[in-house]
Amino acid sequence: MTEDRIVAQGVEKAFGENEVLKGISFTVPAGSATTVIGPSDSGKTTLLRALNALDVPDSGVIRVGDVELDFSQPVSKDQLLRYRAQSGMVFQSHNLFPHKTALQNVTDGPLIVQKRPRDEVETEAVELLRKVGLADKRDQYPYQLSGGQQQRVGIARAVALRPKVVLFDEPTSALDPELVGEVLSMITDLAPEGWTMVIVTHEIQFASQVSDQVLFIDGGVVLEKGPPAEVIGDPKEERTRQFLDRILHPI
Amino acid sequence: MLALAVALARLSSKLAVSNVARFYISIIRGTPLLVQLFIVFYALPEFGVKIDPFPAAVIAFSLNVGGYAAEIIRSAILSIPKGQWEAAETIRMTYATALRRIILPQASRVAVPPLSNTLISLVKDTSLASTILVTELLRTAQVAAAPTFEFFALYGTAAVYYRIICLVLSFGQSRLEHRLERYVAR
Repeated sequence: MTEDRIVAQGVEKAFGENEVLKGISFTVPAGSATTVIGPSDSGKTTLLRALNALDVPDSGVIRVGDVELDFSQPVSKDQLLRYRAQSGMVFQSHNLFPHKTALQNVTDGPLIVQKRPRDEVETEAVELLRKVGLADKRDQYPYQLSGGQQQRVGIARAVALRPKVVLFDEPTSALDPELVGEVLSMITDLAPEGWTMVIVTHEIQFASQVSDQVLFIDGGVVLEKGPPAEVIGDPKEERTRQFLDRILHPI
Repeated sequence: MLALAVALARLSSKLAVSNVARFYISIIRGTPLLVQLFIVFYALPEFGVKIDPFPAAVIAFSLNVGGYAAEIIRSAILSIPKGQWEAAETIRMTYATALRRIILPQASRVAVPPLSNTLISLVKDTSLASTILVTELLRTAQVAAAPTFEFFALYGTAAVYYRIICLVLSFGQSRLEHRLERYVAR
């Protein structure tokens, strides 16, 4: 029995009148990959951002790593920082720092925030860049890299802080189709290394390959969850079936 | 520095802080520089605050430039995509660290051209200080021209001097822009 890295219970979030999350509950076991699929505007990105407190939920209890927050109570800045420190985030549009080289993008967090010694951090960052296949790009600025390479630096930046959980927000949606593969295989390579990952994605094939658990979200609730063979292979809900049908047979 | 503080205050989520900054900027932009100069030098002594011409000029010009530069810096900060703030947050930076390490370095690239504009304007506006008896460039020319009546030569020389100072500043600006643009695709 492995421990759970994420336990979310009854997470709710509204933007003004618009209720985006209407009571979402799930758990993510340590070392597993969970993919979140669902139609656009179903709340999946908001859910991911709630795990990082980029969007602070209105209510619900979430534990990420060692920090549990009850969002129905007021939470302090300090609590949010500690909560956020449990996870790393890979953005849809990578959001690399354009004024820093690939290496600096990866080392900034460990150096500035964690204040770890420079030579240790740099050795580790070079190793990370090697793992994402960019050892020779360490001194390039983001604009000198392709979209896929930028996204891989983004992944290295997120894991450099040794988070308990790595969150991916549609990591391939902003990429040219021929670059999607390199990023997805990158993530697939990370999975066996024991990283706990939550991945919001539209790539159903990838989701069924990489995940231990799939959450299908629609209208702000989890409609279906389970291993990919069930949720993607043999969905119980009509809504899931419709969605998969539309994605897998778009024409 | 004043401008940066005002810009940050203006961006503050605390309404009181941002309103003070807004008020300051509105006063500075809503009144002529010459009037501001006269208020600091001629009007403040009525309230017992007596300031020598030179420091008075420095104070008036600083307050004035502070107001304009604050708006430039504010717009430069706002021009940085929200994703940069979020990325900084997710690597656990605090607001201050994110501002210093991530946002301001990028904002400075955006702000340099308009700030240089303001700075060059300031150089020429210093000629107004002659009106409160600071012996700056124009005043020196006036003093020299009065007994000799060589207006064209002396004011012309003054103009050339202003031009030279501004050229040097423009040169500095393009050097700085070039340096700040090293990470941008061309």
